[in-house]
Amino acid sequence: MPKYMRKALLASVALAGFSLGSAAMAQDDVKIGVILGFTGPIESLTPDMAASAELAMTEVTESGLLLGGATVTPVRGDSTCVDAAAATAAAERLITSDNVVAIVGADCSGVTTAIAESVAIPNGVVMVSPSATSPALTTITDNGYFFRTAPSDARQGEILADVAMERGIETVAITYTNNDYGKGLADSFAAAYQAIGGTVAATAAHEDGKADYSAEVAALAASGADTLAVFGYLDQGGKGMIQTSLDTGAFSSFILGDGMIGQSLIDNIGDGLVGTVGTVPGSDSEGAASFDVYARESGIEGDGPYRAESYDAAALIMLAMQAAGSADRAAIQAQIMNVANAPGEPIGPGELARGLQILADGGEIDYVGATNVELTDVGEAAGSYKELEVVGDSFTTIQVR
Amino acid sequence: MDDILNAIVLLTNFVIVPALAYGAQLALGALGVTIIFGILRFANFAHGDLMAFATMVVILVTWVLQDAGIGIAPLPTALIALPVGILAAIAISLFTDRCVYRFYRQKKSAPVIFVIASIGVMFMMNGIVRVIIGPDDQSFGDGARFLIQVTQFREWTGLKEGLAIKMSQALTLGVAVIAVAALFWFMQRTRAGKAMRAYSDNEDLALLSGVNPDRVVFYAWVIAATLATIAGTLYGLDKSFKPFTYFQLLLPIFAAAIVGGIGQPLGAIVGGFIVAFSEVTITYAYRKFLLYLLPAEWVPDGLVQFLSTDYKFAISFVILVVVLLVRPTGVFRGKVI
Repeated sequence: MPKYMRKALLASVALAGFSLGSAAMAQDDVKIGVILGFTGPIESLTPDMAASAELAMTEVTESGLLLGGATVTPVRGDSTCVDAAAATAAAERLITSDNVVAIVGADCSGVTTAIAESVAIPNGVVMVSPSATSPALTTITDNGYFFRTAPSDARQGEILADVAMERGIETVAITYTNNDYGKGLADSFAAAYQAIGGTVAATAAHEDGKADYSAEVAALAASGADTLAVFGYLDQGGKGMIQTSLDTGAFSSFILGDGMIGQSLIDNIGDGLVGTVGTVPGSDSEGAASFDVYARESGIEGDGPYRAESYDAAALIMLAMQAAGSADRAAIQAQIMNVANAPGEPIGPGELARGLQILADGGEIDYVGATNVELTDVGEAAGSYKELEVVGDSFTTIQVR
Repeated sequence: MDDILNAIVLLTNFVIVPALAYGAQLALGALGVTIIFGILRFANFAHGDLMAFATMVVILVTWVLQDAGIGIAPLPTALIALPVGILAAIAISLFTDRCVYRFYRQKKSAPVIFVIASIGVMFMMNGIVRVIIGPDDQSFGDGARFLIQVTQFREWTGLKEGLAIKMSQALTLGVAVIAVAALFWFMQRTRAGKAMRAYSDNEDLALLSGVNPDRVVFYAWVIAATLATIAGTLYGLDKSFKPFTYFQLLLPIFAAAIVGGIGQPLGAIVGGFIVAFSEVTITYAYRKFLLYLLPAEWVPDGLVQFLSTDYKFAISFVILVVVLLVRPTGVFRGKVI
């Protein structure tokens, strides 16, 4: 080997070592991706969700305790909720050019699956989704990189079936938005409802973004059921189905899945919804209540769903980082389960600084957060749900299941 | 007796009323397509987006009027904004004709060139609408929502089934009747209308008789733009305005024009109702209807639905294919595309 070549080799090894060293040093600013559908069918929910996730990041940055004083910067990406190509492109950008260490998101089940399978898992980046609830996500091959702070719809279907039955609703027609989320929830509801003696008189999918839902409503109305179970989105086809049902007198009462819960639905439709029941992930635990106060103090005004889950998703990522002692992508993955579950000191919302300190001192924590986070062995929340009813002009929590 | 009345009301509420309104909207759209085809001899693919453009102008003007507190309750404010929308639609139609189609007319290009050019115009118009008003749903309806409400109807008649007639549905039919009557009066009675029909029948003969081709083309665009504005606004009031759905309307509109016989105004109207009624009747589930008329044990367990509502748009395709195979000239012996 000629001399100059050996020199070049040495130099490049040294250079590689130097750049590795600088990567380890450059942890004073850590980027975390926030991929949510800022445009699309749930665009009215996502601003508060993103703000909640970013609230956790601000909290950690201000504590100055993460990895000896690192700051956390959120980088937003638009999942569009429905367009898998746009969502994976956004994730690709976050991972390769913004170099995020982990991702909070995505929101809707279809795009979440797409991002997880084609971008996040191949690149070894942890995703913690606050709101993707399709049962199919339980079984994707995720190499342990996909987590969610929202429970699977398999559970929501069962609870919603119980709610319906307890209210004496014995026959329903079902409509669902024609995607992974809608179909998954509709199937799990139908199975659970029939198992406890209910009758599903008709099932029909609806497409989002249509001008006219009268044909869908007419077909469902012919089944003779008085109650329509709507598993869709409140800014989209779900709203159209309910509006058309009320206009034509086809259905007078409704059962709503979590994607339909939001104040804008009541604002748009009005009195016709009174008495409507629905479920949404959440609890009335101490954590949930204190998060509500905390979020309001921090300027997150709305009371839409998935704010708490978003906060918890971001918090889990940062606590895992602290437990690992590095902002390395794989190191984060290895620690998420440890910080989320017992044993350890329970940490609630707004107490991230305390959690970071315990971890820095070599202790263990059990992140409880705003939603009683407890991840099952496949990395998803076991989940409790709020049973809601429209009373007057807002959703009121009846009980927590 | 009550059962029969209930069955009739049920069918009226879910099939006849929606199909009539939808049919009228399609008919107005198809009339515009058919007139351009009759005079300029090409299938104008930009018609759906011309409707979107015109409706957008109407919506913007409606918002201004609503802010200023001007209205004609119980009728929607959009009706006052309609003339502005019509003028804007005429302006942009004449502008595209001047910039695009006139060039090909002077070169005597083949119809297929015009069709491709119109697809280009369609994308331009598509973009303009999205840039100005965005791709989202816009609501601009106001005034009374219902002429007859379900609960009122049940109280009046004591029947189990209810009937709802939305203001926008009644308005659609009323305005469509007026627009069609005015169009036929124009075509049959006025000099310009007669010149248009002559030009459509036989271009050379009309030119020899002293018909001014520029005037005829001008009138064709004015009429098509007017109809597009009316159709688009009524559709938006009755359903909702979203640029993409107007683009999708192109298929049933063309199906309607071709079924009726393209180039034949009467055919466009009949075609519009044929397409609308087929879409609604084929995807409707008749179980409840049959339960009123037949003994319960005769009624099948299923929903008695010929096709799932998922296939609603496919019906226009099927009609189109069947008509082109069986009777390419359409019901009223129009031209063959």
